[in-house]
Amino acid sequence: MNIGIIYFWLLAAMSVVGALATVSARNPIRGAMGLLLMILCVAGLFLALHAEFLAIIQLIVYAGAIVVLFLFVIMLLGPSATAPRDHRGQVSRAVAGTLFAACAAGAAYAVARGGHMLALRRPDPGFGGIDAIGRTLFSDGLVPFEVSSALLMVAVVGAVAVARGKQGEHTAGTGAHPLSRAELAESKPFHDAQPGGLGEGQ
Amino acid sequence: MIPVQHYLYLSALLFTIGGVGFLVRRNVLVALMSIEVMLNAVNISLVAFNRMRPENHGGQMFAFFLIAAEAAEVAVGLAIVLSLFRIKRTVRSDEADLLKN
Repeated sequence: MNIGIIYFWLLAAMSVVGALATVSARNPIRGAMGLLLMILCVAGLFLALHAEFLAIIQLIVYAGAIVVLFLFVIMLLGPSATAPRDHRGQVSRAVAGTLFAACAAGAAYAVARGGHMLALRRPDPGFGGIDAIGRTLFSDGLVPFEVSSALLMVAVVGAVAVARGKQGEHTAGTGAHPLSRAELAESKPFHDAQPGGLGEGQ
Repeated sequence: MIPVQHYLYLSALLFTIGGVGFLVRRNVLVALMSIEVMLNAVNISLVAFNRMRPENHGGQMFAFFLIAAEAAEVAVGLAIVLSLFRIKRTVRSDEADLLKN
């Protein structure tokens, strides 16, 4: 058996296990660990697909930032991050899940019935490297690239404004106009807004 | 050599797991993680399609922007979770009913 085939099936099985652990975990910390396992396996699959740059980005952004952000929030919430068991609405949720799974299986079958197996040919040596991706990103994707920087900026400011909650109103004084809270969060430097944000609300 | 269909099957399976998790689970944190699973599945299929046509890097570019959008989504989503917890002292999505009635 070829080593590439073993590599693919090993990573595919581990990513499915990670996804199942994420979805079925009662304790969100275990869910975050399952998500981490799935992310690492997907990065490995990106390597197998000659997408080296994306594999590194996947490790840095997902494993390094997103999972850590999840863990921060879970630790901030403490024991209450685990919701108590409750059986209300179980039937409707089960029906929704089954329907979704059935639709997905039907769509997968309809797609699989059509085509024949495509063997992949070996790409050029520079395929998927940072050089080639950078060329595409700054020629074809220049406008979306700039817009995504604005998106990230707005998301960070919005996250700070939302997570501060009532704290912002206290610092803005009583009876402040609702708009001024957002303006305050925007005009303050980031390090200034940080200490009053998440910790003091608890 | 692995055919591209196997990547697509894996992507479909992961997407289904994430979608069922999002519909069935009521812990908001787990629901957000399920969305992550779904978006990762989409990333796999985008990169696999790009591998099928290696003349350009359109698919990998889309995956790159998807990762950026997802980072923004997680930041705002977790801020909303914190805000919900501050108001209702819970992380269950069905108790977020402030707009009900």
